[in-house]
Amino acid sequence: MKRVLLSMVLAAAPAVAAPIAITGATAHTARGEEVIRNATIIIDNGRITAIGAGLAIPAGATVIDAKGHPVTPGIVAVPSDLGLTEVGGVRETSDGSARTSPYSAALDMAAAINPGSLHFAIYRMAGVTRAAAVPDSGNAVFGGQGAVVSLAANGPTVTRPRAFQYVELGEAGARLAGGSRPAAYAQLIDLLDAAKRLAANPAASVGGDDSGSLVKRRDVEALLPVLSGAQSLMVHVERASDILEVLKLKGRYPALRPVLVGAREAWLVAAQIARAGVPVITHSLYDLPDDFEGLAASRNNVGHLQAAGVTVVLGPLGGVGGTTPVNLPGYAGNAVGQGTVPGGKGLTKGQALASITANPARVLGLADTGTLEVGKRADIVLWDGDPLELMSSPVAVWIDGAAQPMTSRQTLLAQRYKALGRIDLPLQYPR
Amino acid sequence: MRAILLLGIAGVALASVAAAKDKPKDAPASPPDVVRVGKDPWPSQYRPYPGQVTVIRGATIYDGAGRRIDNGMIRLEGGKVAEIGTSVAVPVGATLIEAQGKYVTAGIIDIHSHLGVYPSPGVQAHSDGNEATSPARPEVWAEHSVWPQDPGFSRALAGGITALHALPGSANLFGGRGVTLKPVYGRSVQEMKFPGAPYSLKMACGENPKRVYGSRNQLPATRMGNIAYARQLWSDAVGYKRRWDDYTKRAEAGTAKPTDAPRRELALDTLMGVLNGEILVQNHCYRADEMANVISMSREFGYKVTAFHHAVESYKIADMLKAEGICSAMWADWYGFKMESYDGIRENIALVSAVGACAIVHSDDENGIQRLNQEAAKAIAAGRRLGLTITPELAWTWLSLNPAKSLGIGDRTGSLEAGKAADVVLWSAEPFSVYARPTHVWIDGALMYDWGDPKRRPTADFELGQPGAGEVK
Repeated sequence: MKRVLLSMVLAAAPAVAAPIAITGATAHTARGEEVIRNATIIIDNGRITAIGAGLAIPAGATVIDAKGHPVTPGIVAVPSDLGLTEVGGVRETSDGSARTSPYSAALDMAAAINPGSLHFAIYRMAGVTRAAAVPDSGNAVFGGQGAVVSLAANGPTVTRPRAFQYVELGEAGARLAGGSRPAAYAQLIDLLDAAKRLAANPAASVGGDDSGSLVKRRDVEALLPVLSGAQSLMVHVERASDILEVLKLKGRYPALRPVLVGAREAWLVAAQIARAGVPVITHSLYDLPDDFEGLAASRNNVGHLQAAGVTVVLGPLGGVGGTTPVNLPGYAGNAVGQGTVPGGKGLTKGQALASITANPARVLGLADTGTLEVGKRADIVLWDGDPLELMSSPVAVWIDGAAQPMTSRQTLLAQRYKALGRIDLPLQYPR
Repeated sequence: MRAILLLGIAGVALASVAAAKDKPKDAPASPPDVVRVGKDPWPSQYRPYPGQVTVIRGATIYDGAGRRIDNGMIRLEGGKVAEIGTSVAVPVGATLIEAQGKYVTAGIIDIHSHLGVYPSPGVQAHSDGNEATSPARPEVWAEHSVWPQDPGFSRALAGGITALHALPGSANLFGGRGVTLKPVYGRSVQEMKFPGAPYSLKMACGENPKRVYGSRNQLPATRMGNIAYARQLWSDAVGYKRRWDDYTKRAEAGTAKPTDAPRRELALDTLMGVLNGEILVQNHCYRADEMANVISMSREFGYKVTAFHHAVESYKIADMLKAEGICSAMWADWYGFKMESYDGIRENIALVSAVGACAIVHSDDENGIQRLNQEAAKAIAAGRRLGLTITPELAWTWLSLNPAKSLGIGDRTGSLEAGKAADVVLWSAEPFSVYARPTHVWIDGALMYDWGDPKRRPTADFELGQPGAGEVK
């Protein structure tokens, strides 16, 4: 009950207050390698209205002295299950996949997203300000439509429903479609071709000539924005040959905007990916042949892709134990470290920061998010040290210009158990 | 070469001591014929590779036992740390490494790994970690599942690992015996076994056993079922030990024949080893209340838990764990992926360490094992956010001496001290930095990894000729 009331209060609070001036910051803007020393950032009405060295502070502004510490854009976590899954091992708290639903592409994650999830506060304290809530395909290659969410404590949470479609190809797609990669492609093409027919003739039968077609009208309708390019298509593939097959789809569906997810072998075909203008979401720490579609996995993947001109996003993807959006800065820092190894290919610090801020924002189509620039949303993190370092932490987080609370259920537990000595009443009583 | 000879001699010495115990000098003319349960029937065949006398100069040293030496020096010789301090002798012909601005640490030891038993690629044919055919399988040994060609060993080595404990999984209450390995490729697991390291018994609490067996409608389906099943087996083990002790006493007195020896039961052999203090209990257990239950059970039957693993709630009972002398092997920040990990917090390791209890950073993951230094860094940061003071040299004990002690090898490795094994890592930068990487890793004084020398970077058989072969991983 208490929790419900609290969230109601927060929801009612105004999103924006007086202008804010962050002064004396070392601003890592995520625009190339740009670092502005002694920067002042003026925030008004949820946006960055000015940024530069030694700017005048508007009258009435709340001044935050950064004391030389770094500020960065907020981190954008793609993909995530934020708001969709509370406890992975507790099935009823998870809405990411629907194993026995007759629908696939039509599944709209927006309806499930729960702003009361405790993960919002935990990720937010770590500097994550936006995320993509991504479905997990349950019984067919298409998983459904994911949403962009804000992590602001006072909402609104779902800022862009039906932002993209998700599809599994490769080994997982093969399993979902009935046992082989050709089966997965048959399912994919069956639905996309039906969408083509529907786009050409809204009165058409989505099942085409097939009696007893397995195609659901709602699924086909959901693919219309994918076909037109209004929605991007996140495609999970790992093997180099699977990646090339995905790139070929643009020949059949010219407006398709694929985004490769996983892509452990992407570095083997980096030039082709770059030529196709297709972004890649991967993990910087994949380096084991976990399965037969990722035999070429190497931590050099990210560096090779960047060098080839591919837009690289580092995402909190599975396959590396304990992966969480909280650790995205560390994954980016590791991509920098990889460049120091003889024979290693890594990222510069600027590229690494962009891979968790500007690049995921661009891939999600968030034109006003992801960099520190005039006119952008004021999603800003103030750090106590190098943002990519493991020992650094955010000291303040703003989303749309609103300062965010810096507590979570985890910090409350830590405070409760910080001193274990027996006192008058059990620890479960307020102190 | 010298190290090999030394080890050989040590092995012989141990064997002769054991023989002397069995046959006292004033033994009767025909000594009693006593049947015994072998303590180490599958001994290590590991032999250190040749090393050179090496001196590293000018580095900052975290010795693994909680000490820090600025502008330090260390000499590795004969497979051992020969000398360590601010100045050490540099013999003629020694390899001298100038390491100003770099860091030297004790090698990292992972107390919880499934390398080899769940190797890469992780296909079903390689799934050899859970003998989930009964809640109690103390008769199985992880070493008999280990695939020595797991590519993961090479990655662990490159992450500064010098020893690791390969455990069975947690489907069973009694998962089987764990084995301590070196990340040094061998043609057999025997060639990777840490010589003389004791076995462990993997046990598990909580959700996994009750889920695996409850879903088959058999005991245990609940937490109380977990404890009931385990208590019955410990009771059986106490009886088994009693039979063996009684037989041994009579046989040594010459009043029992070899044919009077109790029937060997391999499952109970393992448990008797625990009751005798020869096999160390490594207990998967997330929740504080379940750890307390296990401690009560261990008191009831007279054994000791060496370490709780995945102990995400140790911070709730850190004082109790300190008093019991039980270590906690923990992740830095895993939480919330199952109900029993719901209360996991990032301050856990720091809080356990701050009360003076034994803290260990573990991986349970073929990727995580490559960066345990980074996990420790996150734990230090979480502790500092809470106002705790944690020095980097103290935090290094979480990675080396504490796990070494918990594996029963703390007298031989885990810290950089004269006479202990030269299990050493040289880092490119401060090792809690995200940008730092091991540049050199020595195991028993042999240079087993050099980031700049392709001839010192191993490739598992599986990876030969595969896509991406030859690429730096």
